[in-house]
Order: sequence, then C-alpha cells, then structure tokens
Amino acid sequence: MPRDMKAKLTTFAIMLFFWVMLSGMFDAFHLTLGVICCLLIAHFSHGLLFYGDCKQPWVRSFVGLIAYLPWLFYQIVLANLQVAYLVLHPRVLEKIDPHVIRFKTRLKRPLAKVTFAQSITLTPGTVTVSVLDDEFTVYALTRSVSDALPGEMEARVARALEPEL
Amino acid sequence: MTVLSILAMVLVTLGLFFFTVGTIGILRLPDFYTRLHAAGKCDTLAAVLVIVGVAVYNLQPFSFGALLVSGKLMLIAGFVFVTSPTATHAITEAALVLGVKPWQRKGKNRP
Repeated sequence: MPRDMKAKLTTFAIMLFFWVMLSGMFDAFHLTLGVICCLLIAHFSHGLLFYGDCKQPWVRSFVGLIAYLPWLFYQIVLANLQVAYLVLHPRVLEKIDPHVIRFKTRLKRPLAKVTFAQSITLTPGTVTVSVLDDEFTVYALTRSVSDALPGEMEARVARALEPEL
Repeated sequence: MTVLSILAMVLVTLGLFFFTVGTIGILRLPDFYTRLHAAGKCDTLAAVLVIVGVAVYNLQPFSFGALLVSGKLMLIAGFVFVTSPTATHAITEAALVLGVKPWQRKGKNRP
C-alpha cells in the first residue's frame, strides 16, 4: 500500500472516531454525513497529521507511546508529590535552588523530541524552556533533579519512539 | 454507596488537593519561574484527576449515552494532558526571551 494511501486511511479513521464520539448520533443521516466529511478532510489534510515523517513506522511509534504512558504517569505523580512537599515545607526558600541547564539529546525524530520535552515539563522539578535542533534548555528547581537529566527518561523515550537508536 | 462513587470521590478529592497545593505554590514560591513549576505541574494532574473522577461518577446508571459522555470527558483529559505542558513551556520561554530575572538563592554569585 502506498504511504500516501495509508496516511489518508489513518486520518480518516481518527476523524471518524472523533465524529462518532462527539456527535453521539447513530442514524443513517448523521453517519453518512460524517463519512463524507471525514473522506474530504482525509483527502485534503492528511499531510497535516503525517507531515514528511511517513518513512518511520508510526504504528510502532503509537504502540511505543502507549507503553511509555504508564511510566510517565507514575513520574508525574512523583513530581506532584515533590512540588507538594516543597510548597508545604515551612522554609521553602532554603529547599530550592533554581537554575538553567543545557544539554544535547541524541533523539532525532521531531515526535520523540516533543515527547521528551513534554515529559521533562511534567516531571519532578524541571521545565523545558526551548528545544533548538538537538539542544535542550531546561529550567530546574533543585540541583538534584537536574543531575538526573537526560538519563533514564531519554532512554525510555528512545526505546518507545526510536528503536533504531 | 457504590464502588464507583467511592472511586470518583477519591479521584476528585485528590484532584482538589493538588489544585490547593498548586495555588499555595503560586503564592509562596519566590519568582515567576518557580511559580510556573507549581502551576504547570499541579494543575495538569489535578485537572486530569478531577475530570477522570467526574467521568467515573457519570457511569453510574450505566447506559450507552453515559459511556459516550464519559468518553468525551476522557478526551478532554487527554487534551489537557498535552496542552498544559505546552503552555507552560511557551510561557517560560517567553519570559526568558523578555529577560525576566530568575530568583537566585542568596550568597551565590552565579551569572
């Protein structure tokens, strides 16, 4: 199957899922309308969803992303407990030591970089400021969390989204 | 009191706890960036927890309609999960570009 066709079909499936989910109508009229709209959108705009990245096996990426989510969620809960601890600590100003760090990543694909950046923002004491090519700028709340970057999280993102690394 | 009710209650209460922590964080932390930490992290988890709690509670008299509504709520949770860190990141970068000075611990002379 040509890549173009595959992208169109996937776009169509996603669009139809959203249509059915959001409309909640299951009579012939609304379903037909939905199918027609989704076909048109898939034909004209599939390039927005799968731009230039079609060389990669994105079914594999999707599965990898799903497998990555539970660990990310666990990290997010840890992050929140840490922020809760810092915020509720009576001498909060002695506990924190904010600073900016920069490091290079070995991730190549845009999707992997975005996932990594979002994960950094969501997890303990760090916020991604910018991503330029392969350089990440991260704002960290304490010394100990910035020492842990890129570390395990990058490895996990790489395993989920860039198996070739 | 069904199991689902209790689960929903636990989720919503946890969500409210994290919202509270986030708000206290915004008030207590010293500068713009550290406050964004509190707002960006706590609000994401809290919003997701509250929305999932509501989605669970909504399933109570189980029907297809209720399932659809819960599905929509889960979609909202998913989108909050993606957009909230993006917004945090955009605001932080805007502040750095505009030259908002980060707070530094006293007695340290870092640039």
